[in-house]
Amino acid sequence: MIGPVRYWREIPQRYRYEAARCSGCGKVFFPPRLVCNACRGREFKPVILPQAGTLETFTIIRVAPSGFEDQAPYAVGVVRLADSVKVTAQIVDCDLETLATGQKLRLEFRKVQQDGASGVLCYGYKFVPA
Amino acid sequence: MREVAVIGVGMNKWGELWEKSHRRIWTEAALAAVDDAGVDRVDAMYVGCMSGGLFVGQEHLGALLADELGMGPIPGTRVESACASGGLAFRQAVLAVAAGAHDIVLASGVEKMTDVDGGAATYALSTAADQEYECYQGITFPGLYAMMARVHMERYGTTRRQLADVAVKNHAHGLLNELAQFRMKVTAEQVMGSAAVADPLRLLDCSPITDGAAAVVLCPLEMARKLSKQPPVRVAASAHATDRIALHERDDMADLASTRHAAALAYKQAGITPKDLSFCEVHDCFTIAEILVIEALGLTARGKGGAAAGSGLTAQGGKIPVNPSGGLKSKGHPVGATGIAQIREAVLQLRGEAGKRQVPKARWGLTQNMGGTGASTVVHIFERAEGRKR
Amino acid sequence: MEVGIRGYGAYIPRHRIRVEEIARVWGADAPTYKRGLGLREKSVPTPDQDVITMSVEAARHAIRRAGIDPAKIGAIYIGSESHPYAVKPSGTVVAEAIGATPEIHCADFEFACKAGSEGMFVALSLVKAGQMEFAMGIGADTSQGAPGDALEYSASAGSAAYIFASTQLVAVCEETYAFMTDTPDFWRREYQFYPRHGGRFTGEPAYFKHTLSCARGLMKKAKVKPKDLRWAVFHQPNGKFPAKAAEELGFTSDQYGQGLLSPTLGNTYSGASPLGLTAVLDVAKPGDRILMVSYGSGAGSDGFIWRVTDRITKVQKLAPQTRAQLEDRPIYVDYGTYAKFRGKIRKLTE
Ligand SMILES: [Zn+2]
Repeated sequence: MIGPVRYWREIPQRYRYEAARCSGCGKVFFPPRLVCNACRGREFKPVILPQAGTLETFTIIRVAPSGFEDQAPYAVGVVRLADSVKVTAQIVDCDLETLATGQKLRLEFRKVQQDGASGVLCYGYKFVPA
Repeated sequence: MREVAVIGVGMNKWGELWEKSHRRIWTEAALAAVDDAGVDRVDAMYVGCMSGGLFVGQEHLGALLADELGMGPIPGTRVESACASGGLAFRQAVLAVAAGAHDIVLASGVEKMTDVDGGAATYALSTAADQEYECYQGITFPGLYAMMARVHMERYGTTRRQLADVAVKNHAHGLLNELAQFRMKVTAEQVMGSAAVADPLRLLDCSPITDGAAAVVLCPLEMARKLSKQPPVRVAASAHATDRIALHERDDMADLASTRHAAALAYKQAGITPKDLSFCEVHDCFTIAEILVIEALGLTARGKGGAAAGSGLTAQGGKIPVNPSGGLKSKGHPVGATGIAQIREAVLQLRGEAGKRQVPKARWGLTQNMGGTGASTVVHIFERAEGRKR
Repeated sequence: MEVGIRGYGAYIPRHRIRVEEIARVWGADAPTYKRGLGLREKSVPTPDQDVITMSVEAARHAIRRAGIDPAKIGAIYIGSESHPYAVKPSGTVVAEAIGATPEIHCADFEFACKAGSEGMFVALSLVKAGQMEFAMGIGADTSQGAPGDALEYSASAGSAAYIFASTQLVAVCEETYAFMTDTPDFWRREYQFYPRHGGRFTGEPAYFKHTLSCARGLMKKAKVKPKDLRWAVFHQPNGKFPAKAAEELGFTSDQYGQGLLSPTLGNTYSGASPLGLTAVLDVAKPGDRILMVSYGSGAGSDGFIWRVTDRITKVQKLAPQTRAQLEDRPIYVDYGTYAKFRGKIRKLTE
C-alpha cells in the first residue's frame, strides 16, 4: 500500500522524530509545518521529540487493515510524549489484557509495515512498556 | 441571498446490491428525487462520493453522472469530504441556489462499497484519516473511534452498556424504515457479545459497509410552489466546519470541535436553540459517535451523552428523537450517500410523510454529517415551510 | 596510539520459547535436548523486529555509552546472515536512524556467525589506521532454523553494537588474530529459506578446530595465558560447545560463565560472541583482560584481547545491561505463535 517514495520522504520523522517548534509561540509540530496554526508564525526551529511518554488512550485492533493482518491482535494508542506532542503508534511487548491509560512507555525502533512480499520494508516508531 | 427549499427527495433500498453498478444505484435515487419534485429539468447537479476511485475505480463522477441523468450538458460537480461528502454536496447546492447561480439543483450522494473485499474497503475508508501519521501505524476507523470512546468512558464514566444502547435504539428505529439495510432488532447483550473489532468497540457498534445512493432537489423557496406540488421544506441553516484531521493532534479527543462549531453557526443562522428541535439525524458511524455528536450539538451537557439513548431522551417518543431513520447503524452507511439520506429523512419528517416513524408535530429538524473522526462536519437545519409567515 | 571500545550496546527481544515447547511439537525428548545442547529457552523476534531494528536499538545504547555525536561516526558495518533485504543495505537504515548520515561508510557483512566480529574487526582497524575518529561494528541476527531441525532449538535473535575510537576508551584492544580455512560445515544457498549443516561435522573439525586454534594463536601472539585473562567469551551456538572449548583451553567457569548467554538466549548467530562481550563489559572492572573468540561456519574465527579501562564504571549503567535485558519481563510464546512470528506458516500470497 505504501511505495518507496512516500516512505522515504518521512524518514526524518519516522527514524529520528524530527519536529519543529514555532519561534513565535513555542508550539511543537510533528511533522513540521509551514505555518503555525496557533499564532500563524512561519519561523520554526528543529527539535527532536522526547522518546518516552504516557498512554492517553488506546484500542486493541482485532480486525486489521491490509498489510497488518499478521500482527493482529495489536494495540494502537495515542501517546503523550513528555511535555510535548501526542502521537499515534502501536504499543508492543505488552500484555493486551492489562494495558491501561496512564502507563509509562518508551519508544523503540520497529518495522511498522511492509509493502507486500516484495516491496519496501517500512520502519518507524512503536512504544513498549517503560 | 435567496432562501432555499427542498422540493424532492429520492433514495433506493440500501444493502449489498450485487447486481447494481455504481452509476445504476445513483441514477435510481436521482430519478426518484426528480420525480418526487415533479420538475422537468435540473440546472446543475452535485454528487457527494468519498472514493469512487478506490471502491469502483471510477473518478470524474460529475460528468459521468450528469450524463446518466439525461438532462443535457448541465454542470456536474463531485464533492469529497470523506463521510461528509453527501452533506457537503448538499451545502454546495444550497450555496448555488442561494447565490442565484442556478434555480433547480440536484444534490446527491452515492457509494458502491461491495465491489471490493473487506480489507480493501477498510483501506479505502482509512484514507479519511492521516495516512502518514495515523494509518501508517496500523490504526483503523473503528480503532480511532474506539480510542475516542475510551477517553469518554474513562473521563465521564460512560459505560459499555450505554454504547450498546445507541445501537439498540437505532436498530429499533430502523425496523420502521423499509429502505434500511439492517432492519432487525438488536439487544444490548447482542451488541456487547458481538465480535470484538477494536476494543472497546464490537461489530454491532459499527455501521455497516453498504451500497446505496440518495438525492434531493433544491430550488429557491419563492419558486417552490410554482415548480413543485410537494410541500416545500426550508433550508434554515447550512454550516460547515473543520478540525485537525489526526485525532492525536486534538487537545480534547472526546470532543467533536468541528460539530460544536458548525452547530453553533447553524443555530445562529436559524435563530433557534437546541430546545426548539423536533428531531435530529446524526452521524452514528459508531455508537460512540452518536454520544459525542449529541453533546457537541448541545442536546445534552458535555459528558452526559452516554445516558441519552438508554433513558429514552433520544428515542422515538423521547424529548429529542435522534436518528428516527435508524441512523447509519441500521439504515446503512454508503459513505457519500449518508449525508443526503439524512436530509431526505428530515424532509419526509417535516412534510409529515415519514409513516410509522413520523415524529409528531415536527417543525425543526437538524442533520449532522461528519467526515473522518470529525475533522469535517456539515450541519443543516430545516423548517417545515407550511403555515409559516413569510 | 591505543584504540578500542568507547561505547557498547546490546538489544535482546523480549519474547521467548522454551525447549520443551519445540520438543513437544516434534515429538522430541526435551530433557535430552536440554542436556545435549545446554539450552533451556531462546529469544524470539516478533514480526516487527529484524536485524535492522535490533541494530538501531543496540547502536543507540552504544552511542549513549560512548557519549559522542553520532554524526562523527565514520563507518557502520553490520554483520548478519539475516539481513532483511537480499539487496539493499541494512547499514544505511541504521545510519539514518542514529543520525550518522551522510558522511559515513556503510557495508553489510556476511560470514555465517562470524559476520558480527568481522564488522568489529574492520571498524577497529579503520580507527587504528587513522581513517576515521569513530567506527561502529554490529553483530545481529534473527536466526532461522528449519522446523524440526536441531537448529530450531537454538536459533534466536539479538544484537550488539560497538563504537571504536582512540579516546575515552572503556576497553583497549591489546591484540587481534584470525584463523580461517574452507570448511563447509553450515551454509545457506541463495533463495533457500533455512540453512543446512553437516551434523556432527560442525563440531570437531569446524567449531572446535577454528575456535581453539584462534584462541591459542591469539594468546601466543599476545604472550598471555588463560590465568592472565579475567574473562573469556566464545561463539555460543549452544550451551555446550563454548564451555567445552573454554575448559580445553584452560579457562574456568568463573572466567567464561558471565559471557555465556546461550543457555537462556539461544544462538544469536552473528550477535552471539559480541553479545557475550557486552555481558562481560557490564560487570568488568578496570584492568580486567578479556579474550573474545568468534566462530563462523565456512569457517573461521576472529580473536581479540581487550583490557578494560577506568572509564568502564562510568558507562556500565548508561544503557540497559545485557543480562538485565535477558531477564526483563520475558514473554513466553507457544509454538504456533512462534511459527507465525517466524513466517513458518504457509499462507495465501498476493
Ligand atoms: Zn506559533
